[in-house]
Amino acid sequence: MIRIENISKRFRKLQVLDNITASFEKEQVVSLIGPNGSGKTTLIKCMLGMVKPDSGKILVNGQLINGHPSYREQIGYMPQIGRYPDNMKVGQLFRMLQNIRNIPDEKTDRDLFQQFELEKIAGKPMRTLSGGTRQKVSATLAFFFNPALLILDEPTAGLDPLASEILKAKILAEKKKGKLILITSHILSDIDELTTHIMYLQEGKMQFFKNMETLQEETGELRLGKAIARIMKGEKFTSEWIDKMLEVKDNERIY
Amino acid sequence: MMKLSKYVLYDIVRSKIILAYTLFLLIVSVSMFQMEENSSKAMLSLLNIVLIVLPLVSLVFTTIHYYNSYEFIELMSSQPMSRTRILMSEYAGVSISLLSAFLAGVGLPVMLFAADATGYALLFTGICLTLVFTSIAFLASVIARDKARGIGLALLLWFYFALIYDGLVLLILFSFSDYPLEKLTLLLSALNPVDLGRIFIMLKMDVSTLMGYTGALYKDFFGSNTGILFTAGIMLVWIIVPFWLAVRKFKRKDL
Repeated sequence: MIRIENISKRFRKLQVLDNITASFEKEQVVSLIGPNGSGKTTLIKCMLGMVKPDSGKILVNGQLINGHPSYREQIGYMPQIGRYPDNMKVGQLFRMLQNIRNIPDEKTDRDLFQQFELEKIAGKPMRTLSGGTRQKVSATLAFFFNPALLILDEPTAGLDPLASEILKAKILAEKKKGKLILITSHILSDIDELTTHIMYLQEGKMQFFKNMETLQEETGELRLGKAIARIMKGEKFTSEWIDKMLEVKDNERIY
Repeated sequence: MMKLSKYVLYDIVRSKIILAYTLFLLIVSVSMFQMEENSSKAMLSLLNIVLIVLPLVSLVFTTIHYYNSYEFIELMSSQPMSRTRILMSEYAGVSISLLSAFLAGVGLPVMLFAADATGYALLFTGICLTLVFTSIAFLASVIARDKARGIGLALLLWFYFALIYDGLVLLILFSFSDYPLEKLTLLLSALNPVDLGRIFIMLKMDVSTLMGYTGALYKDFFGSNTGILFTAGIMLVWIIVPFWLAVRKFKRKDL
């Protein structure tokens, strides 16, 4: 469904993406993981056409993306930090996007809208919302138009446990419908239950892109965090990031 | 495109700055016509308002609006909408609101008190200058990275067009006063929309008889149909070229 060919991007001195090639298909839940500043968000923004890569091609359904913007009709995007017009009310925001996308009411997906109880805050201006509520709005918007491809940038960051469970259930449901879902996250336990493929980025380079079964087989670990930690150590990436994350998690969670 | 402009307009109207601007123009123009017994004297004062205030307000307002709606632009660019269309809608929204302020604030009084050739020339120039400086402001905001730089650049451009340019022209005229400069000054006027507008209106007024030989030459040129076409054409170039450059830059920009 999406093919990325030799994408490179440089922001002045910093090489953010370095010759990345990958291909994602339907019914996959691909997790993009990597330390901060490894280029995950930039890669996502390249797919959305918000960042223009210096070289390489991106094809969505076989169609090069720097031509017509209509390919974005199939994409639902949840940004890391949702920024919306201050004066616009929540209800207005949804109506506006619906109007712009020209999608009739019956074709919208209001599951999250109801589950997050957004109706209650429909009259509130966007600027008055808390960070978490804003995330709820972003998530709902991403799923609202039933897109075939979902791009979720740190979807569970900032959400309370209840909301993040609702969102995870929704992602699973959409996966069963045969959609392609791309997720970036630092919270590996969150994506553990969802993901089918792992793409690991470090300093703009793709270290590996494997499906979960291969990963589990190769490492002998069932849990994603440990499996990745093992790979990192085995391949001598000496990534402190993964160790730290595991430490915190062991203290916080009971398996 | 109008769909999007509607939301841009809605946002602008809510901020009430445009309303204040309209009132300001209305009060100034009505009081000018009330104070001066001779309506052509009032027109002369109004001319200065149009030439100085209009570009300034158009530049600053557009720049601030652009940065304030950056979130909106970002949101739209992740939707199935081309960048060209986004920027054009923004342009339409801003220029429609500025033009309606001008037409209500200056247009109405002029129609009431001085509906003659000079009056129409003033309105024509005002409309052109609003569009020109909105275009230039879009170019400045797309180029500048942050709000402070953007507004700084806009103010600098205003200084250049309203003050510095005239100084430079005078300098040239003084240094080369031994040569026939009529044709050159005609050319120089085309390089600054404010000057062009000033000459265009002045020659419709009685004061033009005081300008001697050069005035006669100008009157000959600008009074004719070619002169009107020339002015309109140059103004059109000043509207289209900066905006076209802005769109070109905007399309390649990373959001």
